[in-house]
Amino acid sequence: MNGFFKSSIGRKVAMALSAFFLMFFLLQHLAINLLSVISPDLFNEVSHFMGTNPLIQFALQPVLIFGVVFHFIMGFILELKNKKANGVSYAQNNGAANSSWVSRNMIWSGVAILAFIVLHFIDFWFPEINTKFIKGDWSGTMAGVEGYRYYEELVHKFVNPVRVGAYVVAFVFLALHLMHGFTSAFQSMGGTAGRKKTLQAIGKAYSIFVPVGFVFVALYHFFNH
Amino acid sequence: MDNMNLTLRIWRQKDSNAKGQMVDYKVTDISEHMSFLEMMDVLNEQLVNSGEEPVAFDHDCREGICGMCSLYINGEAHGPDRGITTCQLHMRMFNDGDTITIEPWRAAAFPVIKDLIVDRMAFERIQHAGGYISVNTSGNTQDANSLPISKIAADEAMDAATCIGCGACVATCKNSSAMLFVGAKVSQYALLPQGQVEAAERVQNMVAQMDLEGFGNCTNTGACEVECPKGISLDNIARMNRELMKASLK
Repeated sequence: MNGFFKSSIGRKVAMALSAFFLMFFLLQHLAINLLSVISPDLFNEVSHFMGTNPLIQFALQPVLIFGVVFHFIMGFILELKNKKANGVSYAQNNGAANSSWVSRNMIWSGVAILAFIVLHFIDFWFPEINTKFIKGDWSGTMAGVEGYRYYEELVHKFVNPVRVGAYVVAFVFLALHLMHGFTSAFQSMGGTAGRKKTLQAIGKAYSIFVPVGFVFVALYHFFNH
Repeated sequence: MDNMNLTLRIWRQKDSNAKGQMVDYKVTDISEHMSFLEMMDVLNEQLVNSGEEPVAFDHDCREGICGMCSLYINGEAHGPDRGITTCQLHMRMFNDGDTITIEPWRAAAFPVIKDLIVDRMAFERIQHAGGYISVNTSGNTQDANSLPISKIAADEAMDAATCIGCGACVATCKNSSAMLFVGAKVSQYALLPQGQVEAAERVQNMVAQMDLEGFGNCTNTGACEVECPKGISLDNIARMNRELMKASLK
């Protein structure tokens, strides 16, 4: 590849590839979350499968974590490199005249999403890793709960209004990030002019539908339990 | 409209090593029909007459063709109008009593030489790295029309070739990225049969030189496309990305 990924365009492509992976992951995460509204049993079954299937746990999960970490670290590296490329700042710079706020502030929407991921890991991922890998309990059950524990744990998390509020705010930032990120990823991959309008429409739908879906699940459990 | 009295806040910097600063000047009786550079000429005459150092700024053809004039005016490359260079910006875009901020292009790869003049040789070095076709033009030059080229490719190549290399794309980019310029130069040749022979080396060498010069990484904000006096499209950046991917996979 002749050091392709070391070039400025290579880094853009790497950002876009990790973004595609993360956007695909968000879709499947949302699909499973929505199951919790439709059928607690089905949600439990799918969660248990995802949480115990060796292919998902030992192959896809590490890829996902790599994708998340890579996207954040590369995002920060690019931001620092770009700041360095700026040199002296303008006394007056009217960015709003030629570009959208979301496109100019990807780093800040990204930082907000990173803060959310920390909260999300404390809420769900660390306890899950603790149960399965430290305690060695792969049963998916919990004392006092009939059947699998996943639905009960989910519902329990969305009782606290502060946490629900934090989730809602985080998904607003995710929507802002996706509004630029979706089409930007395609542009970085060399997306063609002929499909620009279609891509923009799909991007807008995706960046609204996905965060609203996650917010809906959180609010549904908050108001129903 | 009556003639205008204006306050100009201008970046003054003695030389590349000096520390610069914004300095305020008053100009009076400016006609709305003047171009921005003519207004700058009025200021400089005033400064010369009072024994002060005139403001150094780049200009040449004053017809929007050569790409020499620059200036970041009120926070925008080539000022508030669209599809024009600073020499084509008219004073009717401003109002009596306005304070106008005038700065040089800002990018680490475009260091200030003096006042509002920056060194844009980085663009030249990128061009030297591959912005040409190796063809012997002496003697047996064949007629250009003997090579069939589709109308679409010819139009797109011509659109890319209208880039005058002024550097507004870099100046306006929040990342000081030169990808619109390099994208235009790569596209101009990649679209035509004459350019396709050296397409792979061209894009690799030009991108390598662009990175070496210290330009930033494009984040697709699209600001460059809006501020470009020639309306060079972001599609050229996408094409450059494709060209580099294609070249790297070879």
